[in-house]
Amino acid sequence: MKALWVAIVGVALASAAIKAMGPVLLGSKELPPSANAVIALLSPALLTALVVTQTFGEDSHLVLDERAIGVGAAALALSLRAPVLLAVALAALTTALVRAFG
Amino acid sequence: MSSERERGSGVYFAGARAGLPFALATFVLGISFGVLARSLGWGVVAPIVFSVITFSGSAQFAVAAVLGASGGALAAIVAAVLLNARFLPMGVAVAPFLKGGLLRRALEGQAVVDASWALASRGGGRFDREFMIGATVPQVAAWIGGTVIGVLAADVVGDVEWLGLDVIFPAFFLALLVDELHDGEQNIAAALIAAVLSLALVPLVPPGVPVIAACAAALLGLRGRSS
Repeated sequence: MKALWVAIVGVALASAAIKAMGPVLLGSKELPPSANAVIALLSPALLTALVVTQTFGEDSHLVLDERAIGVGAAALALSLRAPVLLAVALAALTTALVRAFG
Repeated sequence: MSSERERGSGVYFAGARAGLPFALATFVLGISFGVLARSLGWGVVAPIVFSVITFSGSAQFAVAAVLGASGGALAAIVAAVLLNARFLPMGVAVAPFLKGGLLRRALEGQAVVDASWALASRGGGRFDREFMIGATVPQVAAWIGGTVIGVLAADVVGDVEWLGLDVIFPAFFLALLVDELHDGEQNIAAALIAAVLSLALVPLVPPGVPVIAACAAALLGLRGRSS
């Protein structure tokens, strides 16, 4: 039980510190254009990494499971210009169906 | 002044509305966290306190995984920190748009969660502060509320993974990514590098590290914008 509380408090503090670090260290300083160019590319880089790891990652393994099929369905819907919420709902529905009947 | 304030509160509400679908998914994930925590013998209070002071699904599930596999507190903290390290670059990206002195900026930085950060991105590195904070509020409430229900009704609810709600997040991030890719060749190149880096690293390093390493793709920005 002691390990649990140490972990809970430790993770809460560490998580808050990580989130505070960027806003505190950067302040409201004007950044040089080169830094802004890098920050602008953080969005596509982070989004891609989140999609890849949350779709194919399972602990430290790459897997192809119901999640990939669901996200694939969303990709197909998006390529057909479906609205975002429809594509996301399709992903959840597809994954649920494959889990139920696959 | 008052008109500016009204405009501001309108943006908070717009953000909160945009955050609602994610709050629903977060609610169900919160329930599954509560059920999992009870099954690990954490009792009622600890999981709820954890959700209130951390509100981070990825970190909290990681702690459950490590402690549940008889790992120690330090190993659990390390796993959670690696997973949440992505909030460092996200915080750097939103930093220029937050307000106030050091303490207030540190507090506003706590509003950075995946879906809100992504929802508030306006392309070209710009972020909508009010929209992001507004989108986070219902998600935090849903995470805590879900945890409470999962903890209290663990026997009734059981496993909720079959619902498929876990893919809501990658599917939504994919939709936002598609938008980002329209913003120029450099975005496409950065995304491709990030995809290769994260795919290659998942089997080699602990969870969370591939996402951080993929941020290196943003260094492409130093080569000057080609579009």
